[in-house]
Amino acid sequence: MSSPNPVEALGLVKRYGSLAAVDHVDLTVERGDVYGFLGPNGAGKTTTLRMLLGLIRPDEGGARLFGRDPQHELPEALDGVAGFVETPYFYPYLSGRKNLELLAAFDRNGGEARIDELLELVDLAKRADTRVGGYSQGMRQRLGVAASLLRDPRLLLLDEPTNGLDPGGMRDMRHLVVRLSGEGITVLLSSHLLAEVEEICNRVAIIRTGRIVYEGTLADLRASARSNRYRLRTTDDTQARQVLLEHSEAHDVILGGDELTFDASESEVAAISRDLVGHGLGITALVPEELSLESLFFELTEDKPEEAA
Amino acid sequence: MSGALIAWRWELRKLVSQKRTYIGLGAAAFLPILFVTVMALQKGGPYDAPLGHNLRRTGLALALVLLSFVSHFGAQIAAALVAGDIVSSEHSGKTLKMILTRSLRRGQILAGKTLASFTYVLATIFVLGLAGLVAGSIAWGFNPLTNFSGARLSALHTLWLSAAALGVFSLPLIGVAAFAILLSTWTRNSAAAIVGTLVYALGQEAVAGLVHQSWAKHYLLSDQFDGWHGLFMSPVSWTPVVRAIWVSALFIAVPLAIAWAIFKRRDVADD
Repeated sequence: MSSPNPVEALGLVKRYGSLAAVDHVDLTVERGDVYGFLGPNGAGKTTTLRMLLGLIRPDEGGARLFGRDPQHELPEALDGVAGFVETPYFYPYLSGRKNLELLAAFDRNGGEARIDELLELVDLAKRADTRVGGYSQGMRQRLGVAASLLRDPRLLLLDEPTNGLDPGGMRDMRHLVVRLSGEGITVLLSSHLLAEVEEICNRVAIIRTGRIVYEGTLADLRASARSNRYRLRTTDDTQARQVLLEHSEAHDVILGGDELTFDASESEVAAISRDLVGHGLGITALVPEELSLESLFFELTEDKPEEAA
Repeated sequence: MSGALIAWRWELRKLVSQKRTYIGLGAAAFLPILFVTVMALQKGGPYDAPLGHNLRRTGLALALVLLSFVSHFGAQIAAALVAGDIVSSEHSGKTLKMILTRSLRRGQILAGKTLASFTYVLATIFVLGLAGLVAGSIAWGFNPLTNFSGARLSALHTLWLSAAALGVFSLPLIGVAAFAILLSTWTRNSAAAIVGTLVYALGQEAVAGLVHQSWAKHYLLSDQFDGWHGLFMSPVSWTPVVRAIWVSALFIAVPLAIAWAIFKRRDVADD
């Protein structure tokens, strides 16, 4: 029998009054995934993560972490699970080290022995004995990662882990996530930053106003957006434009900048390329035009004019 | 070690690291010194207070007289300051979600917080008693005490009875702390919990003043602050002592049960 997935959520719903903050969300995070949970602010990412961690109760649906229900099997359902929702907060009157000691004691798994190693890992060893009240947000964020790793997790749930970090801190955080993934930790990471998810995640779910509008790999998302428009560069673009205009299969031919763009099906493009060569033109580039992930993201998550009206 | 004891130990460490903890403890240590100083600067004194006629004759009376003084308001403030903050501060500091996603159950965490609050109450009363004993003995000596029945008790016997009196006095104060924990859990607001607890304590005093049936007064929490008087009668009157124990137990158990029911099911979102 196969072992259960790190995260399986089915039909999660959370309502606040008449507003459905999370509306029938299904998620499946498989072992080894770095799973991006992408959506604009207020889309329902944090509420979903809170339900996964057992912090709030869903109105409908349920979730399982490694096969255990966080609503009914706490704290056992969080065995091997760690993470934070929104900015990690600590006791400001205790030092970073004392905060970790407290959490290690609450974990009851002997994590105390790893505190120094983890403080080194997140580059806080020199400030370990300073009160957290004096930490910058970036330092708290890094301490949050150390606090998560104390549990020696198999699954990390990170909510906007680069929030409040400077560009260097963001880069370091991404490298850390990639490194942890390489060590076999499954990661579910929420973000509103497409570039971040694109850089480190192999699978994504895109959420919009509480609903999942896409779940799958980024490659599939890109493929789904592939158009019939092609970009062409030749040794003589003016002459190539003439050839395309004479060619009945090429439509909407535009010469702009240092390239031509046109619409055609994949089989038609083969005929067009032969035709161009037949006219003595050298083809330096002929590629399908893809929508950028950013365009796709906005298309999936922004209100369309008729919806916004 | 059980989860509740782990939480209790860390709650105590947290209390030790916070300034507010020392307000009540400092007041408990300072009050006897202030009392002795004022007594030294004047001839009269609160001789009509319970066991007040022993003042200036034995230092052992000081802590007991102070219990009557602080029973109306001061002790409740000290208890409310810490117990009223112990759950709500986790909400305002947004740290609750951090500790609830570890390996302790919600009930264990609340139990740890409750035990820490009660420990603080006991520590405050202990400091008051110890400071009263030291300051009183320095000022008026370690002499026998005359009890409510007019019997003379040896200094050592009085010392043991005083320790028992402090324990009995602590019970209704723990009842006040339990109510503060309930308000702290329910309102998630420290100021509301602290003020609400003081209103609760004053309300009990007010009701006691309004109620004409003396039997009804005996079942209010405020009346239990005098339960220790029974220890200083000859023979010992166990009725007020036993009543202080079980009435306080009820006033402890009911708020804690409600607090637990709220804490166990509450959604933890930043609001």
